[in-house]
Amino acid sequence: MRITLVCAIALAVAPVAANAQDAGRNLAASCAMCHGTSGHSVGGNEPLAGMPKDEMVRKFKEFRSGAKPATAMHQISKGYSDSEVEQIAAYFAAQKK
Amino acid sequence: MSKTFDRRDFLKLGGAAAALAATGCATTGGAKARVVVIGGGFGGATAAKYIRMWGPNIEVVLVERNADFVSCPISNLVYGGSKTMADITYGYSGLKRYGVQMVRDTAFEVNTTAKTVRLVKGGDLKYDRLIVSPGIDFMFEEIKGYAEAMIDKRVLHAWKAGPETVALQKQLAEMRDGGVYVLAMPVAPYRCPPGPYERICQVASYFKKHKPRSKAILLDANPDVVSKGPLFKKAWAELYKGIIEYRPNTKVIGVDGKAGVIKAEVEDVKADVLNVVPPARSGDIAVKAGLITHNNAWCAVNWRTMESLAVKGVHVLGDATLSAPLMPKSGSLANQHAKVCAAAIVALINGREPNPNPKIANMCYSFVSDDEVIHVTSVHQLDDKNVFVPIKGAGGVSSARNTLEGKYAWAWAQNIWADMLG
Repeated sequence: MRITLVCAIALAVAPVAANAQDAGRNLAASCAMCHGTSGHSVGGNEPLAGMPKDEMVRKFKEFRSGAKPATAMHQISKGYSDSEVEQIAAYFAAQKK
Repeated sequence: MSKTFDRRDFLKLGGAAAALAATGCATTGGAKARVVVIGGGFGGATAAKYIRMWGPNIEVVLVERNADFVSCPISNLVYGGSKTMADITYGYSGLKRYGVQMVRDTAFEVNTTAKTVRLVKGGDLKYDRLIVSPGIDFMFEEIKGYAEAMIDKRVLHAWKAGPETVALQKQLAEMRDGGVYVLAMPVAPYRCPPGPYERICQVASYFKKHKPRSKAILLDANPDVVSKGPLFKKAWAELYKGIIEYRPNTKVIGVDGKAGVIKAEVEDVKADVLNVVPPARSGDIAVKAGLITHNNAWCAVNWRTMESLAVKGVHVLGDATLSAPLMPKSGSLANQHAKVCAAAIVALINGREPNPNPKIANMCYSFVSDDEVIHVTSVHQLDDKNVFVPIKGAGGVSSARNTLEGKYAWAWAQNIWADMLG
C-alpha cells in the first residue's frame, strides 16, 4: 500500500529540478569503473569510500597540477572543475569505508 | 504461444517471474513502476543495478540469454595465454542482492505502443520504461562466403567473447609452427577501437613463445591504426619484429573457408587461422524495435537521458548507440551510459527533472604483452544540443607502455565487473 501511495504522489506532482545532492553522486559514479561501486574498490586501485573530503580535494588538485605523479589521473582530473571536485569528494567522504 | 504472465506462471517459474505478474505504476497507478532491461552486458547489467541502488521504489527486470557474463575486454589475453576463460567469466547472481529480477531468455520483439517485450520462450513483459543494451550483431552478408565458412568454424570473428574465444584459442593452439594467422577488421566505427591492435599483439606474444616461425597479419580496412597508433607500432617493432605484419587500407570482401583464403579488394591472402570480423550494427532487437536511425546500423539517443530519438520511453546503451563525437564503443563507456540512464530514469519516474549536466569518462587499457599496457582516456560533457563532447585539454594516452598500468588494467577489469555484477 505504501508503494502505491508513493507512486501516486510521484505521478501527481509536476517535474521539479534535479536534486542537488544527486549531483555529487552522479559525478562520482564515473569513478566506480576503476575504484569500485561507491568507491569500494575490490582491489588494485585505491578505495575512495570514506576518504576525508580535504584529502581527496588535495590529491585531485595535485594530479591536475602534475605535483602528484600519475599514469592517467593527471589527464582525467583536467576534465573536472573545482566545484565538481568538491562535490565528488563530499560524496566519497560520506560513504562508509 | 504469446500471453501475459499470470499468477500460475509465477508459481511455476519461481522467483524470477515475480516481476512478470505486476504492472507498472505509470500505466495503472496500482503498483511499482517497472523498467525492463534487454541485455546483461556492460551497459544493461550496470543500468539494472544502479536503478535499484538509486531508485528502490522501481522494479527492474533484466532479460539476458546467457547464464554467465563473459567479458570482451581482457579476452584477448586468453590468446596470449596470461588469462583463461574462467578469468573473464562472471556470474549474474550478485544482481539479485540489489533486487534485480533476472529472466534468462532472449527478447524476441518489442511492442512500443503496448509497451511490452515478447520473450522467445513465451510470454510478454510489460514495462514503463525499456532499456535496450543489445551490443552488436554482424552483417555476415557483407563478406562473400562467410556464412558457409562459419558453419564448420573455418572462419571466426571472436568479437563477442564466449564460444568464439574458446574456438580461436583452440585453433591457434593447434596451428603448426610456421603457420599464418590473419585478423581482418572492417572500417570504423566498430566495437573497441584498439581491440584489433591488442589482439595482434597477444597472438604474436603467443607465437613468440611457442611458435616463433609463425606470422600474424592484420588486414585493416582503415587507412591507419585507429587508436593509440604510435604506441602500438612501437610495440610491434620492438617486441614482435618479423611476426606482425600490418596492412592498412585492406578491406576484406570474401572468404573461402575450404581453401583457407581471405579475399581482399586488392589481393588474396592465404591463412591457417582465419579471424575475419565482419561489419557490425546494433543488436537485432534494436532493429526489430525500430530504434535504428543512422546508416541502417546505429541508434541515435538524447545523451542527457539515453532515450532513443526514434521511440519515446525506450533508452539505448553501449555499442548500439550512434557514437557521440570521439566517443569509442567501449565497455567503459557502456558502463557510463548506464549510469546517466539510471539517474535519468529514476528522476523521471519520481517526477524530477533529469540531471542537466551529466559528465562521463572513458578508460581503456590495452595489453601489448603479458604485463605491459597502454591506455587512452577521455572525459565527456553535454553540449547545448544534448550531445556528449570530449573536454579539450582533458584525457590522453600513456607516455610509454609500462607494467604499472598492467596492474591498473587488471584492477580496472575487476572493479568494472564488480560494478556491473557484484
